[in-house]
Amino acid sequence: MKPAFSVIFLTTLIGAGQGLFLALFTHQSYALFGLLPMQSDAFYGYGSALAVLLLVGGLIASFFHLGRPERAWRSATQWRTSWLSREVIVLPAFMGVAFLFGVSHMSGYRPEILTLRGGLLIDLSVVLGVAGTMLAFALFVCTAMIYACLRFLREWHSPLTVLNYILMGGASGFTLAAFYAALAAPSQTNFFVSWAIIITFLAFAGRSASLARNARLKPKSTIQTAIGMKHPYIVQRSMGSMGGSFNTREFFHGKSEAFLRTIKPTFLILAFLAPLVLLAPFTSSPWLLGMAFILQYLGLLAERWFFFAQANHPQNLYYQTIG
Amino acid sequence: MTQLALVIDLNVCVGCHACVTSCKEWNTSGSAGPLFDERPYDANPTGTFFNRVQTFEMGKYPNSETLHFPKSCLHCEDPPCVPVCPTGASYKRKEDGIVLVDYDKCIGCKYCSWACPYGAREFDEKQKVMKKCTLCVDRIYDQSLAEIDRKPACVKACPTSARLFGDIHDPESEVSLAIREDGGYALMPEWGTHPANHYLPRRKTKLKIHKDELERADNPLKVDGQLPKPGKGDSSMDDVSAW
Repeated sequence: MKPAFSVIFLTTLIGAGQGLFLALFTHQSYALFGLLPMQSDAFYGYGSALAVLLLVGGLIASFFHLGRPERAWRSATQWRTSWLSREVIVLPAFMGVAFLFGVSHMSGYRPEILTLRGGLLIDLSVVLGVAGTMLAFALFVCTAMIYACLRFLREWHSPLTVLNYILMGGASGFTLAAFYAALAAPSQTNFFVSWAIIITFLAFAGRSASLARNARLKPKSTIQTAIGMKHPYIVQRSMGSMGGSFNTREFFHGKSEAFLRTIKPTFLILAFLAPLVLLAPFTSSPWLLGMAFILQYLGLLAERWFFFAQANHPQNLYYQTIG
Repeated sequence: MTQLALVIDLNVCVGCHACVTSCKEWNTSGSAGPLFDERPYDANPTGTFFNRVQTFEMGKYPNSETLHFPKSCLHCEDPPCVPVCPTGASYKRKEDGIVLVDYDKCIGCKYCSWACPYGAREFDEKQKVMKKCTLCVDRIYDQSLAEIDRKPACVKACPTSARLFGDIHDPESEVSLAIREDGGYALMPEWGTHPANHYLPRRKTKLKIHKDELERADNPLKVDGQLPKPGKGDSSMDDVSAW
């Protein structure tokens, strides 16, 4: 497939935004149970503002993918069958809840909703946090299922796709949270760094597993099944057009095999190994943690490019030779 | 239920592209607006077509054969492109099984083209919406046309009648008979899309002649040879002696 930069930025930006929100609310949940010191409202408030900014950035990027962005509202109608439509509904819902979560903290408007047995006070921000967490996971699933549900794009058609979207979004979000904490609440940095290391490592394992799986895939469709002729030696002599078409532009990345081979180790190093090396000393230096996030984000951009480029669409069997 | 479809006879197609030009002419002139074309008479021409004729070569020279292969939307009975559409612009008509795009609802996200294993959909770079074969839905029901003309433009154009059009759910229709009796098959059956369009394979009429058919065992000449040969001076008799 041809990697579209709008979609690359959409998926990586909202992934980091979702991860950052999850990191902030994970911290608040720990603090709720007295496992960590509760931070100021400003810490959670500005953090979720940053998450909302990332989500808005992703949403804006997504509009560049549309030929008719003015009709985008229509895409919320087919949620019964289309994962893309479900994403279109869940993304603004999650943005709204993340925004309200931030507002609840910033304004200090946190009325008590209920008190659990044992005296645990559940206020509005906790309710919003739980709702946001569920929506964040729902959004990961929707985004990943857009790709995983296409059964003949076999590189994508795997539960690993969903798992990796969750893990890679989570990893970048927790790394960003570590950087944010180093600036805003240095005493809490190690909490975020520990989770960032764990999730980045899991994401590395998950993505490596999907790379190993894809390397072993054998194409189901062949030129023989494409045209229904049984002959071991069939070549295309003409695709029916002299200057290419939508089919030659949309479904092939247009780069050399060597370029593809370079991108793979590049993203593995940038998205997983480099951040792990920078996070491992448990530093609270904003410089190192900022660098870890930037490298990881660049790595995830490369990862997403590779994710699209690696998927081999069966329609390419019909478009091999101009002539 | 009706399922309109094309049946394309690869045994007859000569690869003349008349169906391609006729399709483009009809569909670029309709009320839905022209089909996109860029640099049509220049280097690297490109544009949106609903139908393409591709050419394949089977085997290696000198034992090779050329296969012309017209390809358009197959109007799958279980179309994977329809459920993925987020706006409902892509739909399959209940009454006749034609898969269509509502150009007024399409947001141009191209997701449906990703979901089609056949590459049957082509994006219109000018109108910024997805387009595809409509089976000439604006023609086959047009009461102002003579009945014989209520067929897709490609079918009307084919000089060798390689393209048949009809309802594949009617067991007695021309297309159903062709599929049933002439070995009609579907493309990429491995994806379970159940394409409505079918292709008829190339067929060669071969005459199998056994050796005993070349040399008749009851050849009267041979029979004659087996009769007793009397001496040259002896009397001979028809049908009793060799001479």
